[in-house]
Amino acid sequence: MIDITESIQPLLALLCPALGSTLILIFGKRPNVREAWTLLASCFQFLIVLSMVPTILDGKRLVCYLFTMFPGIDFGFHVDAFGLLFALTASSLWILVSIYSIGYMRALKEHAQTRFYFCFALAILGAVGVALSGNLVTMYIFYEILTVSTYPLVAHEQSPEALFAGRKYLAYLLTGGTFLLGAIALTYSIAGTTDFRPGGILTGTMASRSMFLILFVLFVIGFMKAAYMPFHSWLPTAMVAPTPVSALLHAVAVVKAGVFGIVRTVGYIYGIDLMRDLGLGVMLTSFAALTMIGASLFAVAQDNLKKRLAYSTISQLSFIIFGVALLSPMGVMGAMIYIPFHGFMKITLFLCAGAILVASGKKNISEMAGIGRAMPVTMLAFTVGALGMCGVPPVAGFISKWFLAIGAVQSGQIVFLALLLIASLLDVVYFYPIIRTAFFEKMPKDEVLNEREAKVELFSKKPKVVETRHPLYYFILIPIIITATISILFCLFPNMFHIYGLAQVAIRDLFGGW
Amino acid sequence: MLSVVEHFPVLVVVVSLLSAITIFIAGWINRKTACYISIATLLGQFIASLFILHHVMSIGPIHYRLGGWVPPWGIEYVMDALNAYVLVVLLFLGLVCVIYSKRNIEHELPQKVVSFYTIYQLLITGLCGITVTGDIFNMYVFIEITCLSAYALIASRGKIALKAGFTYLVLGSIGACFFLLGIGFLYSVTGSLNIHDLSLLLPPLYGNRVVLAAFVFFIVGLSIKMALFPLHTWLPDAHAFAPSEVSAMLSGIIIEVSTYAFIRVAFSVFTVNFIKLLPVFEIISWVAAIAIVVGSILAITQSNLKRMLAYSSVANMGYIMLAVGLSTSATRYPWSGLTPASMHILNHALMKGCLFLVAGAFIYKGNLWEIKDFQGLGRRMPYTCAAFVIAAISMIGMPPSVGFVSKLYIILASLEAKQFVFVAVLLLSSLLNLVYFWRVIETMYMKVEEGTEHTSHVPRDEIPLSMLIPVLTLSSLCILMGILWLTKIPIPILNRVNVLFGLVGGP
Repeated sequence: MIDITESIQPLLALLCPALGSTLILIFGKRPNVREAWTLLASCFQFLIVLSMVPTILDGKRLVCYLFTMFPGIDFGFHVDAFGLLFALTASSLWILVSIYSIGYMRALKEHAQTRFYFCFALAILGAVGVALSGNLVTMYIFYEILTVSTYPLVAHEQSPEALFAGRKYLAYLLTGGTFLLGAIALTYSIAGTTDFRPGGILTGTMASRSMFLILFVLFVIGFMKAAYMPFHSWLPTAMVAPTPVSALLHAVAVVKAGVFGIVRTVGYIYGIDLMRDLGLGVMLTSFAALTMIGASLFAVAQDNLKKRLAYSTISQLSFIIFGVALLSPMGVMGAMIYIPFHGFMKITLFLCAGAILVASGKKNISEMAGIGRAMPVTMLAFTVGALGMCGVPPVAGFISKWFLAIGAVQSGQIVFLALLLIASLLDVVYFYPIIRTAFFEKMPKDEVLNEREAKVELFSKKPKVVETRHPLYYFILIPIIITATISILFCLFPNMFHIYGLAQVAIRDLFGGW
Repeated sequence: MLSVVEHFPVLVVVVSLLSAITIFIAGWINRKTACYISIATLLGQFIASLFILHHVMSIGPIHYRLGGWVPPWGIEYVMDALNAYVLVVLLFLGLVCVIYSKRNIEHELPQKVVSFYTIYQLLITGLCGITVTGDIFNMYVFIEITCLSAYALIASRGKIALKAGFTYLVLGSIGACFFLLGIGFLYSVTGSLNIHDLSLLLPPLYGNRVVLAAFVFFIVGLSIKMALFPLHTWLPDAHAFAPSEVSAMLSGIIIEVSTYAFIRVAFSVFTVNFIKLLPVFEIISWVAAIAIVVGSILAITQSNLKRMLAYSSVANMGYIMLAVGLSTSATRYPWSGLTPASMHILNHALMKGCLFLVAGAFIYKGNLWEIKDFQGLGRRMPYTCAAFVIAAISMIGMPPSVGFVSKLYIILASLEAKQFVFVAVLLLSSLLNLVYFWRVIETMYMKVEEGTEHTSHVPRDEIPLSMLIPVLTLSSLCILMGILWLTKIPIPILNRVNVLFGLVGGP
């Protein structure tokens, strides 16, 4: 039997952003104090999450149940290795994004910063809540908190375009949420519980095959945050948000919550065996492969850097779904470690895109000729992230893709291996032009001074290093360096932050010994 | 020897009636006393209702015989779990609205303060009467009192409100007539008007056509009163043009009390056994499902906030009636029987009360009726708008608000009844809710007025504290009550209702 320990650590971990957001609101008039609270809350949260790791690595579980909502459904938290993996990703990246936000928001003199930090903290509350939830209903509660709290962030600019993006964002995700609620209610009525259990809760229940299939479709639609095609278009549209938000959406909270949900459904609601019996694995794999390749093709066509990254995210998220759907230990392993690894790599890329915007006011790739010389550190970090995305060693992406490839072989479907390699190749196709433009093309001589540049007063005609011109820029640069470094270190030492160990424990739960 | 609490049911009604007269006389001398007398009375009534609820839960139903006459001949007031609960809800919202009304009425109807409070107190009397009575003819009398005083309140702003009020009067009277006809039919075959007595006399007559006709009359009459689609046509105008606290009462309580009357007639006069003979609850569920969809769609088309909220009430009546319709087929704890329906009575009162009071605040501050005029209100009236957002996301059904809990319970009930269409309807309705509420939220917070920078400082312009506190109370209860429902602490009260009506259930 699994060793279960009662603990209030999960509750404390959620209390940090909850308290943090309240304090942010109270000290809204004093920016320094407000941002200090953000940083403090994020650091504390990370430490608390980290403190749960040793217990989980011992093969134990941490539970914290507060009250019973329905017979068989408690409101409470049940920390297992996989949940902790996601919580660790979210909380560690919150610290870095917080530091970055300070530089970014101040440098661009954005309005409504209190609302920004407040909603940011709430979104993290949602994400970590999703990670630590012990059952679907609890998870749904946090999932919806995450959706709603991100809306003001997406529509932050309040321009018609941003409002449209916000509306689209809500329309997609709340529709998804509605389906999810239906799926959860259905699951409960079939299984009498919604707890996450390795091996699933639906096995052996009295429901027809077609019911399982319908339910699975409902679940997949419900986790629309995973931005699979054809329900992906909210994500590129949401790119009008400030860059730290895009980073949050893409690397940390929102999309990962969707993918996390799908993994939970596959592994812990349906269970690997039932998935195999129903033949759902192959279906989901093919579905994911479609997005992996399709989104990459879309990405090639984008000139706006953030939009291209958005499509890249859509593609990469499907790698995770793909990995899980392989239903082989290595595939799931690859999917699980992809969550933190992709988080760090993608956040690097987004932070770089934001840094370029702040320092030079450029949004489009075609304008970025020679930017590598003006912002060497930033672009170097970008290159690291891009290489990681393509799966080139020694960046973290290599490890996860390696596992996915083994997983594809393990599942006995060589076609899937081929698909995986094609999709990886396409990553190169859309990342390479950015790097080439940035480093190997010459900056045009007479650049027009645009509005944004005038605003930040940092335009330089000659390719001069602009990324350190202002003390605030260090707030932007340091997180970039950290995330890029960690992305490399993850490849060399995959067990940093115990990520590898946690994934192994999770796999052992799902597949037994292997 | 009766304990003091056992006198409370009648006191709640009588004190309220006397208070109406007192307000009229005292108000003649000094206008300012009217409001305070009303607040004091309602506070007293509310506390009394809490005592009643406690008594009912701990000791058992209260039977009070008016004038000492033995029930089938005399009028009897009966308090059981259902009406004790409804009474608490009703008096709570009444109290909140009357506190809110102090400044608002001084502002909106400065010439009519005294008559407003007199009639308001009469309205409360009528509502309490419907709730506490154990005699069906007495119930009719109170329904008429409620209807007439509501008419006067709706029309109090004059002009277009007169028309709205008149429509309500006509349709409301038709509804009451149907109700009266139902009573007459039952009386002709049983010779009794006491609810408990009727329930004993009726079973042998369940096949009787007169009894069946009476039941239909009750349904139609009360459906008009509770604005169940397609008999809702009086509601939007009435709710939109009444003073906002009256709209809040209309939407939050008056139509809910009609639902209560329906439940009482269906389960106490008739019984579960009778209902199971006919497919009537099935029909009601389907009608209610249509009401949910149509009400929501019509709400989307509105440009006036209060009208929009009024149509949303039509949809929410659908929620309650759908839950009532499912009550005979859902038997598993905790969503068994009438629990989801009675739960949504409170939840809707909280949410819609809050939303209408906020709408009133916008009218109070800037005479803003149209949604498109709300630009920048998020900064001008931060607390009021925050309350609106909470109540609105609660209507949409975001966890952990009350709306979410209602939705979840009704969904679970329909799943148990194997009615998947209703699940789809409920889920669809939350999306439709999203469409029309989010439009308002977006206008309040996100739309930037043309010609203004969003960095420019907007002066804060909040409503007075005596209006703000009721609004904030209701909105915070939307969340707190939601969490409380999830912890299932108040569920035993509702479960007692199920036991009372013989609907299977129990932990």
